[in-house]
Amino acid sequence: MRQRRLLRGLATALLAVVGLLAWSGPGEAQVNILDKVKKRGKLICAVNAKLPGFGYLTPQGRYEGFDVDFCRALAAAIFSDSGRLEFVPTTAKERFTVLQTGEADVLFRNTTWTISRDTSVGLDFGPTTFYDGQGMMVTKKSGIKKLEDMKNASICVQTGTTTELNLADQFRKRGVPYKAVVFEDADATAGAYEQGRCDGFTTDISGLISRKSIMKDPGAHVILPQVMSKEPLGPAWAHGDNNWGDVVKWLVYGLVIAEEFGITSKNVDEHVNSKEPEIARMLGGDKEAPKAMGLDPKWLYNAIKQVGNYGEIFARHLGPGTPFSLERGVNDLWTKGGLIYAPPIR
Amino acid sequence: MPPEPSRSPAGPARVAWWRNERVHRVLAQVVFLLAVIAVAGLLYANVRSQLRARGLTTGYGFLYGQAGFPIGEGIEYHEGDPYWYAFLVGVVNTIRVSFFGIVLATILGTFTGIARLSSNWLLSKLAGAYIEIIRNIPLLIQLVFWYFAVILQLPGVKESVVLPGSIFLSNRGTALPLLAPTAAFSAWLPFAAAGLVLAPLLWRWRMRRQELTGRPGRGLVWAGGALLGLPALGWLVAGQPFLVELPEMGGFNYEGGLILTPEFTAVLIGLTVYTAAFIAEVVRAGIQAVHVGQKEAARALGFHPGQTLRLVILPQSVRVIIPPLISQYLNLAKNSSLAVAAGFPDLFSVAQTIFNQTGRSVEVIGLVMGSYLAMSLFTSLVLNLYNRRVRLVER
Repeated sequence: MRQRRLLRGLATALLAVVGLLAWSGPGEAQVNILDKVKKRGKLICAVNAKLPGFGYLTPQGRYEGFDVDFCRALAAAIFSDSGRLEFVPTTAKERFTVLQTGEADVLFRNTTWTISRDTSVGLDFGPTTFYDGQGMMVTKKSGIKKLEDMKNASICVQTGTTTELNLADQFRKRGVPYKAVVFEDADATAGAYEQGRCDGFTTDISGLISRKSIMKDPGAHVILPQVMSKEPLGPAWAHGDNNWGDVVKWLVYGLVIAEEFGITSKNVDEHVNSKEPEIARMLGGDKEAPKAMGLDPKWLYNAIKQVGNYGEIFARHLGPGTPFSLERGVNDLWTKGGLIYAPPIR
Repeated sequence: MPPEPSRSPAGPARVAWWRNERVHRVLAQVVFLLAVIAVAGLLYANVRSQLRARGLTTGYGFLYGQAGFPIGEGIEYHEGDPYWYAFLVGVVNTIRVSFFGIVLATILGTFTGIARLSSNWLLSKLAGAYIEIIRNIPLLIQLVFWYFAVILQLPGVKESVVLPGSIFLSNRGTALPLLAPTAAFSAWLPFAAAGLVLAPLLWRWRMRRQELTGRPGRGLVWAGGALLGLPALGWLVAGQPFLVELPEMGGFNYEGGLILTPEFTAVLIGLTVYTAAFIAEVVRAGIQAVHVGQKEAARALGFHPGQTLRLVILPQSVRVIIPPLISQYLNLAKNSSLAVAAGFPDLFSVAQTIFNQTGRSVEVIGLVMGSYLAMSLFTSLVLNLYNRRVRLVER
């Protein structure tokens, strides 16, 4: 009896091994992100939860910000409903991993486009939505006027950012020794600076302005005039899905073109039957391009109607009337002397 | 009469191999081994195929690339150094904070454990409260508390608190005087080394004499004399070996002297205080495990309470204490991976930066796990050797 039971056990174990060996793991072809999103019924968008103006979780539990609105517009373009969306709050160091593992479909999180991220980290980048540069915040009391004054100063910086690398490059170039104090969390970095642990706090200028707005005494801090780097911020997704790339890219372009033509969330309905051929094409006249991407012909109409054009998104979160009052500057349309430019919808 | 079918005259029948218990045992082992290999192979193949599907390459070649990011503190490091060196800086930082943490936690924990058993009501209750509070709050929260709520609340560097002996406390760190070697240092060093070697030998000799003659050997006097006397002699012969370097206010912070960063201090205090609470319980349990008769016998023989504890109770309780103590040491070293919360660039913090920059999460996490494993195994090896020395030898 005992032996028979033992034999049966052995047989089961053998079967298990064979079964495991036969199942060779998920080695199937590349997943199509758009199909995955549609099947799931909602878009998963990785954002910042701690950067007022760009991506911020309000006390009411709602995500708000410039980057967040692009997620909403993308959801509107795919599902005709900007609410079919889930946010994944990420820290600077987690943000690429969530794309690599497929946990999020797209990243709109003030992320700088660099060659190493575009290649060896395994990502693809979309059009720049915000042209930024790195700055340095110091206290007024310290009397620091330029980076060269910061010999042996302690500088608070967040890990996992291009900021960390630019800081090293810029100070090395100037031959100024300094001490970095590196934190994982954006709140901790700014908090340590505010408590006086560091003489300087460095991140993208937009981030500095945003942080300054929520400091205890914003007047006590100044941002040095020197710009340490160029930081083109834009969307990113896992490398290799060209169709998904087209969807994200043309959504951003579409919102820019809408601003060029003056199409806003308020007046988009008046433009549907426009005599201007490009406007008619983008608001539903062109069936071919959306079909090739796997989208509804009204995709851009929905995005503009529910969220707004590029200029509206900027004004809503960063422009005059917000705590940041950012000038459009380089982020104005190319027709107005800025860098925001989109290829034609044709 | 029919012949017996299965019984040979030589002895019991030969059992068929599929019924042989020895074969069963071997077979079970083989199957188990195969299953383990299959699972491991499956995991490996899965990682490989997933990485390839995402267009990620594997390999450790990236470690030779330029790191380019700053590290707050540690051994000499420049942004141009390769990734592997940056990683090493993190490893050394982890070892540094773990080593000092283990030493301080052992001292604090031992005293707290003894205090908990004290007949002094206030002392024992205080020790008890400390243990219960600290043990029941997550370490991460304690680290954040020490860093943001205690250390960073110290006054700014220009208004530092000055303690006697040129010690300056501020939220930029603790500046201490440092002994800087002079030209005479190398001539003085042999004297100090001789003292170090001689002291334990003298101690052992005096102790043996004490055992043989029964008179107090005064080992402490002899060993201490060698330990301090020889370097003092060296000072007279070779000249002053050290200069006291005092910290001085530079542009933004103290310069010169020894400066402990707030991050290091916070992590060290956090780990020490947390682990000491556990060690205190280990020590208390160890002492209580010694039979009360031992204490009574010692008192009957005329030992005073201090001697009873030092010469009778503690040597016996060490046997009980060592094995759980090893676990606490390992916990402390592993818990140091939470240091990133207080901005301390330990091994895990540096590794996170590396994998964020290179995208090589699998390789870097592998390295991190390997490093912690190596450190833990080394610690337990050393302590297990000590444990073998002190454990009860049964005859």
